[in-house]
Amino acid sequence: MKIKAQIAMVMNLDKCIGCHTCSVTCKTTWTNRKGAEYMWFNNVETKPGIGYPKRWEDQELYKGGWKLRKGKLELKSGNKLSKVALGKIFYNPDMPEMKDYYEPWTYNYEHLTNAGEQKHSPVARAHSVITGEKMDLEWGPNWEDDLAGAHVTGPLDPNIQKIEEEIKINFEKSFMIYLPRLCEHCLNPSCVASCPSGAMYKREEDGIVLVDQEACRGWRYCMTGCPYKKVYFNWQTNKAEKCTFCFPRIEAGLPTVCSETCTGRIRYLGVLLYDADKVQEAASTPDEKDLYQAQCDLFLDPHDPEIIAQARKDGLSQDWIEAAQNSPVYKLAIEHKLAFPLHPEYRTLPMVWYVPPLSPIMNYFEGKDSLNNPDAIFPAIEEMRTPVQYLANMLTAGDTTMVKESLQRMAMMRSYMRALSTGKEFDQNRLKRVGMTGQQMEEMYRLLAIAKYEDRFVIPTSHREQAMNPYKAQGSSGFGEMGDDCSGCGPAEAINLMTKSGKKAYEENFYGGIWRD
Amino acid sequence: MKMLDQLLWVIFPYTCLVVFIVGHLFRYRQDQFNWTAKSSEFIEKKQLKIGSMLFHLGIIPVIMGHVSGLGIPKSWMHALGVNDHMYHIGAIYIGGFFGAITLAGMLVLTFRRFTLKNVRRLSSGSDLAVNAILLFIVFMGMYATLVTNAVQPEFDYRASISIWFRGLFYLSPDASLMTDVPLSFKIHVLSGFAILGFWPFTRLVHVWSVPLNYVGRSYILYRRNKSK
Repeated sequence: MKIKAQIAMVMNLDKCIGCHTCSVTCKTTWTNRKGAEYMWFNNVETKPGIGYPKRWEDQELYKGGWKLRKGKLELKSGNKLSKVALGKIFYNPDMPEMKDYYEPWTYNYEHLTNAGEQKHSPVARAHSVITGEKMDLEWGPNWEDDLAGAHVTGPLDPNIQKIEEEIKINFEKSFMIYLPRLCEHCLNPSCVASCPSGAMYKREEDGIVLVDQEACRGWRYCMTGCPYKKVYFNWQTNKAEKCTFCFPRIEAGLPTVCSETCTGRIRYLGVLLYDADKVQEAASTPDEKDLYQAQCDLFLDPHDPEIIAQARKDGLSQDWIEAAQNSPVYKLAIEHKLAFPLHPEYRTLPMVWYVPPLSPIMNYFEGKDSLNNPDAIFPAIEEMRTPVQYLANMLTAGDTTMVKESLQRMAMMRSYMRALSTGKEFDQNRLKRVGMTGQQMEEMYRLLAIAKYEDRFVIPTSHREQAMNPYKAQGSSGFGEMGDDCSGCGPAEAINLMTKSGKKAYEENFYGGIWRD
Repeated sequence: MKMLDQLLWVIFPYTCLVVFIVGHLFRYRQDQFNWTAKSSEFIEKKQLKIGSMLFHLGIIPVIMGHVSGLGIPKSWMHALGVNDHMYHIGAIYIGGFFGAITLAGMLVLTFRRFTLKNVRRLSSGSDLAVNAILLFIVFMGMYATLVTNAVQPEFDYRASISIWFRGLFYLSPDASLMTDVPLSFKIHVLSGFAILGFWPFTRLVHVWSVPLNYVGRSYILYRRNKSK
């Protein structure tokens, strides 16, 4: 056994309002640069829909993720030799093009003020950022927002196509959910496995998957390899870029920007301990529908004294073990079994988990006797507006049992808490039917509904001090490393008033209104 | 004329070779961030498929042909049992075949780069120059192989160019060997050395990054904070 720690995320889709704040704050932090305009490290899709890039979930088209070949794990896009030797390096047949995402554009705003006298008011027209030519906008990063055009694109959603009974996307039966997506920081990342230059890697300490910009040679196999299409090609630098899980913030114990700014407070960040020696075995589970359970089995109980001893032996510090014990991700995904990995059938063992959303009940169950009739909740889940099969196709490789149980627990929690706060009687035996106790229900309620900042984000700081000499490094990094020197960032030098005038010393040391010590 | 020969066939090739070597060392150490294959497949895929495949699958055998034609002395070839007739058949038919593939690929790639607006807008001056020079070199090579060889069958580059070329590596190049070489060969050789001089400062550096070690590597890579 080799215990490693992973910073993982849970998103409670039940509370996502689709406001795109996560996408926008992420963009302004990371991808508002030339060549990166089209990249959304985080985006929010309305489902059903084909998403970004178009039909990203169709792995027969893009060949992302892993497959089993004679029981052995192999990249779906082909083995290592085929990538180097069979000419794929000259032309990658499975790679998405910019038009599958969208062509970035801007507007000629200055025309609004510069236009000469004319009959009609001047308008700012869309211009391609690539060619500079006028564009007719026919697709964009969020074209399907709130089911826009879903009568056209909805039936093309691979999750819809996998549902055997016909789903009519008409007004009466339409349903929608929001799906915020970012890099999954997988335990078995197929992008890392696809990179022929060895530029992509998973960090031992926290499991964050990154691209080494110096080592990337732009072969673009990572774009094909990632089944979530979350590695992007910067058309200006000709290198791959991806979500960094805001590692500078995570290292400092702060949540990612998308999590910090989430208005619905749907995001949770925490540590999971897993057995690194079993990753490959779990990813090679023969039946797709068993992959979810195999992935859950990788995670170790941080309260078990044997696990704690082994974790200490494998170099984990006490604060990380304590963080794992208080991890909201462990609670939601493993203890309460509320959250699921996105598309486990890709065999990447993704580490961003989703709590499926409850939705209105399609018929008379809603509002009727659901509080007093203990059995109402169970059939009600089947009658939900969002088909359970659709959720299962996204979250559990099509197996509805686990998703149903998760929804039942959440519905039961509502029922229980409603009874509690209105002072009504509640038959504790009903809780047993979903395998929970009253105390667990209240814990779940606190985590899901109250969602305090300190409950949502339990992130231990990284131990850089073990890898560097902080005393030596003092003042050596900062703005200076980013290109232009910042005179106020280094440690102050002793002032020698024999060689410097008082004014000069003042200017050098009274920096930005703050005396440096 | 003697001075010009020295300049063209001694000073110029050595300058290009030195720039080639020192330039690569310099760029590898200073400019990892811009060292990339610089693919434009993300912008345009259909024409690239034809052009890139033809060019790359053609240029590799072509380079191997150059190595054997220029690097292996005639006498060694004879010793291996390859007589002049066999060599010429090989050079003209096999070389011509792969040369034609390379040229076709280069034509598609150049057409694509210069006429497709989005590809051209993403091309730097160096990209356009490399494209034009490569097309020119491949064209001159094909012209020399097919036309000049047919018009002047008595000319044997293995008795002139090859000996001069190997002389460069013995540090005793004989410029006089090149004076009577047909013009098409001269232009091909000079432009070939010129591109070696540009090489380290262009996208061509991606040739040295062919990921051969990928085949033997484990799939998942971990990195940890370097310890002191």
